[in-house]
Amino acid sequence: MEMYKIVVPGDFLSRDVKRAGEGTYVEDGCVYAHLYGILDEKDEIKVVALSGKYVPRRGDVVIGRIVDFSFPYWVVDIASPYKALLHVAEVAEEGERIEMSRMHEYLDIDDLIVAKVKSVDASMRVELALMKEFRVRRGDRLIEISHTKIPRIIGRHGSMIKMLKERSGCFIFIAKNGRIWIKGREDAVDVVSEAILMIANEAHTSGLTDRVARMLDTFRFQRRIFRKQGAGVKERTEKREVGGYGSVGSDVRESESKSESESECESESKSERVGEGGEIGLGERRIFDE
Amino acid sequence: MKKKGVQLIKDGRRIDGRAFDELRPIRIEVGVLKRADGSCYFELGENKVIAAVYGPRELHPRHIQDAKRAIIQYRYNMAPFSVDERKRPGPDRRSIEISKVSREALEPVIMTEFYPRTTIDVFVEVLQSDAGTRTAGINAASVALADAGIPMRDLVTSVAVGKVDGEIVLDLNAYEDNYGEADMPIAMIVRKNKITMMQMDGKMTKDEIKKALKLAKKACEKIYQLQREALIAKYSEEIEGEEQSDEQSAQWLKV
Repeated sequence: MEMYKIVVPGDFLSRDVKRAGEGTYVEDGCVYAHLYGILDEKDEIKVVALSGKYVPRRGDVVIGRIVDFSFPYWVVDIASPYKALLHVAEVAEEGERIEMSRMHEYLDIDDLIVAKVKSVDASMRVELALMKEFRVRRGDRLIEISHTKIPRIIGRHGSMIKMLKERSGCFIFIAKNGRIWIKGREDAVDVVSEAILMIANEAHTSGLTDRVARMLDTFRFQRRIFRKQGAGVKERTEKREVGGYGSVGSDVRESESKSESESECESESKSERVGEGGEIGLGERRIFDE
Repeated sequence: MKKKGVQLIKDGRRIDGRAFDELRPIRIEVGVLKRADGSCYFELGENKVIAAVYGPRELHPRHIQDAKRAIIQYRYNMAPFSVDERKRPGPDRRSIEISKVSREALEPVIMTEFYPRTTIDVFVEVLQSDAGTRTAGINAASVALADAGIPMRDLVTSVAVGKVDGEIVLDLNAYEDNYGEADMPIAMIVRKNKITMMQMDGKMTKDEIKKALKLAKKACEKIYQLQREALIAKYSEEIEGEEQSDEQSAQWLKV
């Protein structure tokens, strides 16, 4: 297994000052690293951080958790040193006004939301815009990893996340602040979660895509056995073409196709699921119409 | 503090057998505390210290926030069992002073302007003490800060030099510190050859100080290499077949 080059704050990187990028600083005509991370010299000279806190930027899509009320805002934890604010006007319908005493009827403490960062000012006051289409419900799984690993979960041109979705059949939503929302059959969600943790732990290595593929293959193999045992004589196809939504900022376009095996899966998962509100099974599009 | 008749140097060797310019053995491990954002375990001879960094994170109370940058809060503390005579828990004047000078040793390199209104908390706990704990602490803190992903211009490296039986020596142990003529802990940015901490306990002439600083610089160059290697080694280990526990870098929230 090869390793990328690890650099340490203060390491001299280059004299090519024009190409100095993220994670570096320039002094006396030289480019130095200011972060502990992986050196990337392909285009600009950058240091990709391996650790560090998420700092919100305008346009980022994040998963937040309501932690307080401060009329007319909800205070939202976005896994950052900075809390974010969500104005009541963002949540209210046309012409509707939400009063202080009724805020909790719309969003209460510990509710999870998907939101876009509307603005960040110089003193790091962060305001959010609620993405109305999404609301994370009970019965789902939310995992939190270092935000620095998110690009690795997405992969080059979305290749990694595409593989995860296709081979597990899960709905996976990746937020910029390191939070990942997964929905699906319990065993599939388990495998996806394990795969994501492995990617996060080994983000600095190469050959990762293959190792993840192998982990997912094992899962598919097990499912084949499970199905054959449960199904009886009937032949079924192994290929499941279920896509999902929600990669952040990637170019991946997911196609959704419902195959026969898929609808059988759906009924299985409905009976296993212990969610609130009779939640959806795999492959259903409905949630996004809300 | 010179006791009559106590001989600290015999036949060109110190009481523990070291040469005048020899460091005690050093061991560094990065990322030892999973809960901390960055951490480092550091051994310097019999000294054992552990540094933990949390942050940048929210800072309360409001009035000590700096609107333009992060503030650094450094806490050096000795565990009651770190010394022979039980050290009563809690900050004492010496710990408060060490905390202050250590913080000032690191502040010049930390790029605090990246994180307005936050704090970066550094905790250094001494588990075992044998003179030189503040230097071990600063070395450990530098590494822990890098581990936490805090942007820094450089690492800071620290060592003590001093005068014992008339000789300029490096990295004094407890005996030498107590019975020698001078103990001078310093911290520096090795690459830039800049000093960020310098203290003197005892007496040295100007020339002796010059000689001592030269010795300290050479030692810091060595220690700096070890700090770098430890940071780089952290990521080489993980791929050598040791699948570490899944729970490491994630938190599970079943909603």
